[in-house]
Amino acid sequence: MNLTLKIWRQNGPDDKGRMEIYPVQDINPDMSFLEMMDVLNEQIIAEGKDPIAFDHDCREGICGMCSMFINGEAHGPGRRITTCQLHMRSFNDGDTIVVEPWRAAAFPVIKDLATDRSAFDRIQQAGGYVSVNTSGNTIDANAIPVPKTDADRAFDAATCIGCGACVATCKNSSAMLFVSAKVSQYALLPQGKVEAKERVRKMVNQMDLEGFGNCTNTGACEVECPVGISLENIARMNREYLSASLSSAE
Amino acid sequence: MKLNANIPSGPIGEKWGSHKSSIRLVSPANKRNIDVVVIGTGLAGSSAAASLAEMGYNVKAFCFQDSPRRAHSIAAQGGINAAKNYQNDGDSVHRLFYDTIKGGDYRSREANVYRLAEVSANIIDQCVAQGVPFARDYGGLLDNRSFGGVQVSRTFYAKGQTGQQLLLGAYSALNRQISKGNVKMYNRHEMMDVVVEDGKARGIIARNLTTGEIERHGAHAVLLCTGGYGNVFFLSTNAMGSNGSAAWKAHRRGAMFANPCFTQIHPTCIPQSGEYQSKLTLMSESLRNDGRIWVPKDKKDAEAIREGKLKPTDLPEEKRDYYLERRYPAFGNLVPRDVASRAAKERCDEGFGVNATGQAVFLDFSSAIERYGKTEATQLGIANPSNEKIIELGEKVVSSKYGNLFEMYEKIKDINPYKSPMMIYPAVHYTMGGLWVDYNLMTNVPGLYALGEANFSDHGANRLGASALMQGLADGYFVAPYTVGDYLADEIRTGAIDTNSEAFEKAEAEVVDRIDKLINNNGTRSVDSFHRALGKIMWDKCGMARNAEGLKEAINDIKALREAFWNDVKVPGRKDMYNPELDKAGRVADFLELGELMCLDALTREESCGGHFREEHQTEEGEALRDDENFAFVSCWKYNDEPSKAELVKEELTFENVELKTRSYK
Repeated sequence: MNLTLKIWRQNGPDDKGRMEIYPVQDINPDMSFLEMMDVLNEQIIAEGKDPIAFDHDCREGICGMCSMFINGEAHGPGRRITTCQLHMRSFNDGDTIVVEPWRAAAFPVIKDLATDRSAFDRIQQAGGYVSVNTSGNTIDANAIPVPKTDADRAFDAATCIGCGACVATCKNSSAMLFVSAKVSQYALLPQGKVEAKERVRKMVNQMDLEGFGNCTNTGACEVECPVGISLENIARMNREYLSASLSSAE
Repeated sequence: MKLNANIPSGPIGEKWGSHKSSIRLVSPANKRNIDVVVIGTGLAGSSAAASLAEMGYNVKAFCFQDSPRRAHSIAAQGGINAAKNYQNDGDSVHRLFYDTIKGGDYRSREANVYRLAEVSANIIDQCVAQGVPFARDYGGLLDNRSFGGVQVSRTFYAKGQTGQQLLLGAYSALNRQISKGNVKMYNRHEMMDVVVEDGKARGIIARNLTTGEIERHGAHAVLLCTGGYGNVFFLSTNAMGSNGSAAWKAHRRGAMFANPCFTQIHPTCIPQSGEYQSKLTLMSESLRNDGRIWVPKDKKDAEAIREGKLKPTDLPEEKRDYYLERRYPAFGNLVPRDVASRAAKERCDEGFGVNATGQAVFLDFSSAIERYGKTEATQLGIANPSNEKIIELGEKVVSSKYGNLFEMYEKIKDINPYKSPMMIYPAVHYTMGGLWVDYNLMTNVPGLYALGEANFSDHGANRLGASALMQGLADGYFVAPYTVGDYLADEIRTGAIDTNSEAFEKAEAEVVDRIDKLINNNGTRSVDSFHRALGKIMWDKCGMARNAEGLKEAINDIKALREAFWNDVKVPGRKDMYNPELDKAGRVADFLELGELMCLDALTREESCGGHFREEHQTEEGEALRDDENFAFVSCWKYNDEPSKAELVKEELTFENVELKTRSYK
């Protein structure tokens, strides 16, 4: 396959940035999108120029590090995949492909396609945990049975990979899907219920401080989420938040 | 030089308990004045950093990724072992201990392995308390499944994402301590060197990967939780950034490297499809619970399948060779990884491979689909179900067990594995070797510790499935937090470490010098081209089968390649800004040394054991031939100017609680 790539280049957070055009030849349709980027970078290095910086690590869809906005979609065309799982057979010979970084005020660009998503870490630090020490001397793991449906729903919420596609996709750059997944996981499990109110208040508060936008129920986040985190989680978080706000704060 | 493993005295079942209760403590007031640096935030690193901070130490944690949650533990699929015996199938601490020692082909240290089995049950309790959503049955209790090399169901799991759920649990514990100010987290930072002063680890030199700034961090203890070095093979199931540099730097500063040649080649990975390939994807071992591995009995059929003239589904049962079931009837498709990998290689080398490159075997679910379908039909009260109905019902059951893995396979290969068998081939997955540590997980450099995959201690020559997660969390939550105190009890009068000392100056100057060398080299070849070349040497000559001649060649080839690298590597960009090519160059430079040591170790070990298969040492049936009389030891290598001049020191292994036997899964 021969393709034309239009890729966002930006030297650092303060650089204005611009699109640059790169033709690539003889791309194998079985390559992943990132392998195609490797080929392009080899070509750029051979020309003595600066290769394109992009985040990636596991290349099997679980670490959440890869993050490209391809042809106007987070992680490109195709549903329930990350960019590393996108294969070139999804494109046609002769296509022009536009590649941009995640764009959100809370995710500043580090260089080219790599952005700083540490705001997500800070939201988790605000309350995304159960306050239990790591002594191992807790109660036996089977002491509290958890209904299978609750356990399964908690698991589904917990599979969020923290990539930020939801934020990049949302016209408001809202992080509600990400935050609600963690809030839901714990709210559904007996171990997490004890601090549920405090948790949701703290996490939502931090989300606002980081400069993420509000949710207006468009639902684009759910469509683009590579692991299928459901909008139900946002509804659950709203309920949790409302009930936490109505009950007396300590 | 003599190594002391510091194994506590007494019967094996009492060692850890008595050691833990007699170990020295540091008072809360003194802990506040003690700094601990933790490198890596996978299962071992996150859990250790969280636990030490919770105890009251000042902890600094470092990861090269953009967030601690990205560490490659996240990609572990199948599960985590624990001797809970919830299934009432006769499991016990002793049985887990025995399975692990046997699975490791009697090349691990008894006392460490016993402790691992002992604390395994606590891991599950701890994780559930943290809100880790393990799979449960309809009664609301935890579910289990089986893994290779064992005959009980002791593996806890969360679909095919167990590593992710456990890591996010440890990450949440870490976050709790970060929010309290007990841990300072350094994302996108790479450890460039360990600083050793007066024989003790006193801190690290780190590089901020975003800005290129070089930093000094003093510490009273340094914990390396940096994973394995499988990426020395270029193609592996490891993440792109996984590297051996921290361990290698420690080795160059005096820490012994143990059993570097013990590499795990995982039998069920998606085969390589082209030269451009950047990594290989694992298909969880749990699939071998229900998948049957086969190749055609007749070479002509294999040829026809390779050429696309025959569909595997059209080949009748009697023309298939389920070679694992044939060779190992007692364990069948669930033999340990080393055995399954070698058997696949043997069939492919003989010409029975089933994909275009001849480097693949089938993993077939049709029997399981039919079996589950029939059971479902019976349960639903469907009399005389049609074949289609059985398959439909069976596929549903298989999907509920392995759905995400099947999806993953289809995404990569564009083949529906419900309808046509998966094609798989072995790939590098894990390294059992690593930094030598004593019972306290301390290397021979006082104050320098190694946890998880970064050390060598628990898996011998072959790791059993679902045991890596167990070891990472055991080391991080339950072992190191106690044993580090024993060393730090002597450090309470030391005071803050002076990072302006000569040792820090010198270490930093060396780091800067090397970076300058790389960035100013102006060669012609990319970093990746060297990495690929190294990977090919390692895979061909130090991979699934090794021989003396090949290993000698490999040592020379790697030396030449290393020289070429330093003469001709081209690293673009600048050193004072985000530059992934520069980060990669440093890691590949270290792999070019480590690879040589692996070959030297493989050459020295004149026996076959676990993942180390020397062609000169095999039985008539082609099974590994171990030599307990001469090789029941840990090979510990001391650095001497260059890798091939390393000095071998032996830690003899004594087995008091298990009998050394030929490992048989027949």
